[in-house]
Amino acid sequence: MAPSLEEPEPVEDVLANPLKQKPNLVAPEPEHCPGPESQQAGQADSCAGCPNQAICASAPKGPDPDIPLISARLQDVKHKILVLSGKGGVGKSTFTTLLAHAFATNPDSTVGIMDTDICGPSIPKMMGVEAETIHVSGTGWSPVWVMDNLGVMSVQFMLPNRDDAVIWRGPKKNGLIKQFLKDVEWGEMDFLLVDTPPGTSDEHLSVNSFLKESGIDGAVVVTTPQEVSLLDVRKEIDFCRKAGIRVLGLAENMSGFVCPKCSGESQIFRASTGGGKALAEEMGIPFLGAVPLDPRIGMACDYGESYFDSFPDSPACLAFRKVVRSLAEQMGVDSKDVLPE
Amino acid sequence: MGLEKVKHIVLVLSGKGGVGKSSVTTQLALSLSLAGHSVGILDVDLTGPSIPRMLSIETSKVTQVPGGWAPVLVHDAISEENIGSLHAMSLGFLLPNRGDAVVWRGPKKTAMIRQFLKDAFWGPTDFLLIDTPPGTSDEHISLVETLQRDALPGQVAGAVVVTTPQAVATADVRKELNFCAKTNLSVLGVVENMSGFVCPHCSECTDIFGSGGGKVMADEFKVPFLGSVPMDAQFIALIEEGRRPRYPVGTEVAGHDISSKAAEAPDAEDKGSLVDKYKDCSLSHVFKGLTGGLVEKITASGGR
Repeated sequence: MAPSLEEPEPVEDVLANPLKQKPNLVAPEPEHCPGPESQQAGQADSCAGCPNQAICASAPKGPDPDIPLISARLQDVKHKILVLSGKGGVGKSTFTTLLAHAFATNPDSTVGIMDTDICGPSIPKMMGVEAETIHVSGTGWSPVWVMDNLGVMSVQFMLPNRDDAVIWRGPKKNGLIKQFLKDVEWGEMDFLLVDTPPGTSDEHLSVNSFLKESGIDGAVVVTTPQEVSLLDVRKEIDFCRKAGIRVLGLAENMSGFVCPKCSGESQIFRASTGGGKALAEEMGIPFLGAVPLDPRIGMACDYGESYFDSFPDSPACLAFRKVVRSLAEQMGVDSKDVLPE
Repeated sequence: MGLEKVKHIVLVLSGKGGVGKSSVTTQLALSLSLAGHSVGILDVDLTGPSIPRMLSIETSKVTQVPGGWAPVLVHDAISEENIGSLHAMSLGFLLPNRGDAVVWRGPKKTAMIRQFLKDAFWGPTDFLLIDTPPGTSDEHISLVETLQRDALPGQVAGAVVVTTPQAVATADVRKELNFCAKTNLSVLGVVENMSGFVCPHCSECTDIFGSGGGKVMADEFKVPFLGSVPMDAQFIALIEEGRRPRYPVGTEVAGHDISSKAAEAPDAEDKGSLVDKYKDCSLSHVFKGLTGGLVEKITASGGR
């Protein structure tokens, strides 16, 4: 009998059992494998008869021995911020790049972006460094530097071919994320922004369990105003809550569009249920602000330019500055240090 | 397999999130249904299912039948109007609470998708549309593997790939096209969604996310381009609030004047089924052409 659809595994259980080191298997994982890294490895019902059973059962239990290494690697990173959203295409990566450019306007701050979207990385394109490759030195991998104080790391840099599909299952993705955290030479850094793929799955669990010990400041959750999107974002906030990740705030993207010809405003993605603001109130989290749609944001992303620097006086940019200030406030940082007037 | 009575299986894919996979799936289904075909939608986005919301059947629950599950009925066939039936199946129906997060790792998702394909019993269905999450990972691998192993020859018609015009989106969708090539999944065509927005105040069309990117990509990969779909705030209002689409006088889409009906009945009541209201939406005319081409392609390629 297959697992019952009616009773999904409680989230608390999944979170309470962070990743263990994966043992060397002699055969592929069977259909209902609890995961060789999981607490039940070798002990679940479906393990009976699996050629890996003995290996999984005898593998050392207890937390991943690499976690202290990750903490050591990231000890000089002052603030670690996750950018999350249950929904795809709401502007997680756009927000991440905008935030990075905003933080980097202060020449004294060093900013890093880690792109954990392995199947659809967008950060390199938005930063205009798509063709770069990473450099490996004795101390680790160096991130790609977009500006003197802005570094980027993404799986895109490792692909031999720009359009190659990364057809990976969960465990392999977890392995790469761990390597990003363990081997990338971030050095001294004020802000590390972690861009994530949509959903609440392997990538999110891994980032959470690997970074828990070194401390995450919290998560910025991005949404668009319509209920179809809020529905998925609600799940993401539920996830943060259960995982013990502090939600620094909810930001609404693509809220309203001003026609460049007649200046008439239209709510393309109508907030029929009150939009991000109502959701933030409902969930008891801070609302950081709403940023309107501007065709130039998409264009700047396509050409890898900084919208933030190119159109500093546009309404979207002004709205975004407000978001950055509220975020700084939530993090307990002086907003004048983050974003000098 | 619960898929024996399904004639054609069409996957809706995109490497990028939020480009409108679910909305394209919904509209393809409604258009196919309006053309008289019986249609099913299977939503395999496990951590963010949108189909129940799009079809306004969020509160529905799946019924258990001996040996499996019966999909939820959205609307029945209406033979005098030549409308086919529409059924849907989604993980969203099985969650006790709509805000609950589903935090599942890969192997668990794989098991669930296999079960979805095996245990959901579809009645006689002309087209089964499978809506997928973004990416090229567990869900996609499991889906394609299971279909390759279990589907009848010729049953899987291929994939419709959805993109938006901007380069950031096509960059991810290119990866999806390579995924299709690697897994021998034929690409039925590319749909460019969110291609321009017509201002309701002055009818000026603004390319918020650019335009033409989907066509260029399709040409480059030598796959058919099915068409571009503009943004329509009325469609979003229909999906979100169940409001019947209304357009100002003089609105024309694909040679049809679609404003007349709205002008006659300004207080047009919001009752009626989704498929009935969708007929008044400007996008239904766009999708009519698109679906016609798609059906032709599928039947010509030697489907049963």
